[in-house]
Amino acid sequence: MAYRSHILLCSGTGCVSCGAFTLKETLKTELQKRNLQDEIQVVTTGCQGFCAEGPIMIVQPDGIFYCQVKPSDVPTIVEEHFIKGRPVKKLLYTGAAKATPIPALKDIPFFAKQQLVVLRNRGLVDPDKIEDYIAVDGYSALSKALTEMKPEAIIAEIKRSGLRGRGGGGFPAGIKWETCRKAYLQRNVEPVVICNADEGDPGAYMDRSIIESDPHAVLEGMAIAAYAIGAKEGFIYIRHEYPLARQRLLNAIEQAKEYGLLGENILNTNFSFNIEIVQGAGAFVCGESTALMASLEGEVGEPRAKYIHTVEYGYKNRPSNLNNVETYANVPLIILRGSDWFASMGTGDPRENPWNGSSGTKVFSLVGKVNNTGLIEVPMGISLREIIFDIGGGIPKGKKFKAVQTGGPSGGCLPESKLDMPVDFDSLTEAGSMMGSGGMIVMDEETCMVDVARYFISFLTEESCGKCTPCREGLRTMLDILNRICEGKGKEEDIAFLEEMGEVMQDCCLCALGTSAPNPVLSTIEYFKNEYLEHIKNHKCPGGVCKELITYVIDKNKCDGCHACTKVCSSNAIKGEAKKLHSIDTTKCIKCGACIEVCTKDAIYKE
Amino acid sequence: MQTDISKVDEIVMRYGRRKENLLAMLLDCQEEFYYLPKEALEEISKQTGTPFVKVLHAATFFRAFSLKPVGKYPIHVCMGTACHVKGAPRLLEAFERELQIKKGETTKDNLFSIETVNCLGCCGLAPVVTVGKDVHGKLRQANVSRIIKKYRSREGSDA
Amino acid sequence: MPKLTVEDLKNLREGLRDKMNIRSGEAKAKVIVHMSTCGIAAGARDILKAFMDEIENRGITDILVTTSSCAGLCSKEPMITVLYQNQPPVKYVELTPQKVKKIFEEHLLNGNIVKEFALASGSETTA
Repeated sequence: MAYRSHILLCSGTGCVSCGAFTLKETLKTELQKRNLQDEIQVVTTGCQGFCAEGPIMIVQPDGIFYCQVKPSDVPTIVEEHFIKGRPVKKLLYTGAAKATPIPALKDIPFFAKQQLVVLRNRGLVDPDKIEDYIAVDGYSALSKALTEMKPEAIIAEIKRSGLRGRGGGGFPAGIKWETCRKAYLQRNVEPVVICNADEGDPGAYMDRSIIESDPHAVLEGMAIAAYAIGAKEGFIYIRHEYPLARQRLLNAIEQAKEYGLLGENILNTNFSFNIEIVQGAGAFVCGESTALMASLEGEVGEPRAKYIHTVEYGYKNRPSNLNNVETYANVPLIILRGSDWFASMGTGDPRENPWNGSSGTKVFSLVGKVNNTGLIEVPMGISLREIIFDIGGGIPKGKKFKAVQTGGPSGGCLPESKLDMPVDFDSLTEAGSMMGSGGMIVMDEETCMVDVARYFISFLTEESCGKCTPCREGLRTMLDILNRICEGKGKEEDIAFLEEMGEVMQDCCLCALGTSAPNPVLSTIEYFKNEYLEHIKNHKCPGGVCKELITYVIDKNKCDGCHACTKVCSSNAIKGEAKKLHSIDTTKCIKCGACIEVCTKDAIYKE
Repeated sequence: MQTDISKVDEIVMRYGRRKENLLAMLLDCQEEFYYLPKEALEEISKQTGTPFVKVLHAATFFRAFSLKPVGKYPIHVCMGTACHVKGAPRLLEAFERELQIKKGETTKDNLFSIETVNCLGCCGLAPVVTVGKDVHGKLRQANVSRIIKKYRSREGSDA
Repeated sequence: MPKLTVEDLKNLREGLRDKMNIRSGEAKAKVIVHMSTCGIAAGARDILKAFMDEIENRGITDILVTTSSCAGLCSKEPMITVLYQNQPPVKYVELTPQKVKKIFEEHLLNGNIVKEFALASGSETTA
């Protein structure tokens, strides 16, 4: 049973003499009365060394320190702190508060709006020590699943929780598991459980961080899935760019085997399960299920048509359950705390129908032009505005927000008008983007949306495997047009052509890489058409990015002639005497922007 | 440069000559030689009974592999989305100017080569560049020549 | 290592849970260095080394140094969390080996939080 809170009650001689034992009994009775005995654990500890203020109690994980607690205070503490979540001020140790005049973590917006489920152990456990994971209820879910639950019951629980695949598509994990088990029982071919850790979206690193924080949670989730489906064998397909994550997984597997939590007869039951780690070699398309499985078999990672799903005929034609890292990492807590708990977070009520809403939390990598970049976990349904402006702390240097890109190369760019939209699978898809694996890249007024579209199409052109024509040729054609627009040589009919080409690709490409590839173009045309038109008609780049359309200029009123820019200018284009106004020779300027980076007076701008 | 075939042999044996471990063998070879020498590919083909064309297919399909020798300090400029919006393309050009080579090329002294990667997964530090095994985050163009000098002088003191 | 049964796992967990908290007598303080790819790229290894050096040079036995993963706020890496006796955990950000020296002397040895490098105190909200 996972406790949400621990009360550490000092039972050193000093505190015992002030009545610590009576206090413990009173606490236990009061917790029972409020039916909190399974949520809050009372632990007695050795002397805390603060005998003058005894009896002492500390509430974890909040780190709240109460002193001189009397049995008569207990009902107030339980009522206020554990039910209403407000620490009882009059019992707080104020001396320490004076000595620690720094804010509390929960008062800092970056942390306050986050809710950690998958990342609950980040920064707390040592990922290289299985003992740390076990101490925080690690492998209890597996133990519960193996001893108290039938495979069907586990699948039903996952379905009821509404857990949807965190890798991008948002397919309900429970339904996938059920289909996989059915295929196994019908054909009597041993299934496999595969974890996709080939996190290919640029600007996304959730899975790396989850593995590096808590590798055992992924292993435990996979083991539960394997038991539910009937598999004995599992693979983790991890990209080679993540050596540390791979090392932590290898180490975790080794330790779990030693403890009998992986391998033969796990926890002395007749369930056996082994996990092998396979490295990818840098191909974006290998995130696609058929390509990933081809790669696992030692073939080149090219997708095949999915008239038969891999969940039935996948790796070596065996039923294959593929989920990503974050999906598996959610599983242990769902088993431990139940589907109602999980379904209570997020949007909709998935308990009857797992497609109904987005339950639980989602991990995002919040990066780009935002003050607090980092890895965040938030409840589904939170607004983009809360993520970018509260957690992210807004846009640096007082610049204006322009767009946020979600869903990687398969996703799209959303403008300011969509900021109050709830972040969940269905809302994002409806707005022309997608959840994807969770990259969230913030863009400010100095970002060119045509350039961003070109960036993704150029990425996809290189990553397209080339097997089907619409993807291979479609991307190439789109890239040519976008390049032309960025050079100021676009034609007005280009926009309509890009849209038409996008529709053809959505309809005709073989795999999801191709069908979703036009999204960055289509969404930028939908929301930022004026930027395309500026490039085409007026030969201007409003973001000041497209080299052919901009010139660098020095602001007469701001330049103080400090020479910082002349030192970094590699083409000797900036002239000027010390302490006097400098000027840029546009015939020499290669528009590298090094001068803007070093200018402390903001005296150089693009027009 | 002579390829040490016994090293290839060792790698192939590490995976019991299994065909399905082709990718792992190629990765290990890349790690060992910093590129995939033709002799190594031929040896893998022979020992695993995989047609050479298939080995070559895999070696050219994945980004992690290089068929040309790379520099002692391979430079990888991250082209992830976060790095892109924070100026990675201009940073790449700065390295190209500094070393006077283009992406995919190696300097004449075999010290540096420039490649781009899709995402290194440290987007919080964008823009990011790795030189050898070192990661340089929040880079500005002004830092480029100092970084290159650092590695050059390391070589100088070794010699 | 004998393989665990369900009962063993439960007992082991109870025993380990107590160990996770620092208690007087075992250690006075604990430093968690946040080391994931991003943290290491930002210089976390140097921070870890700086703490180890301080401990070794001073011959200290009651301060634990351990590693854990990323604390999420990548833009302020390298980060550490300091647990000192009964204080709530304190997170320090944007560290350098020079700052480590000061944190070591003031916070770990004497329990005084170094305000200017500290981000906040307390733990994150788990669901």
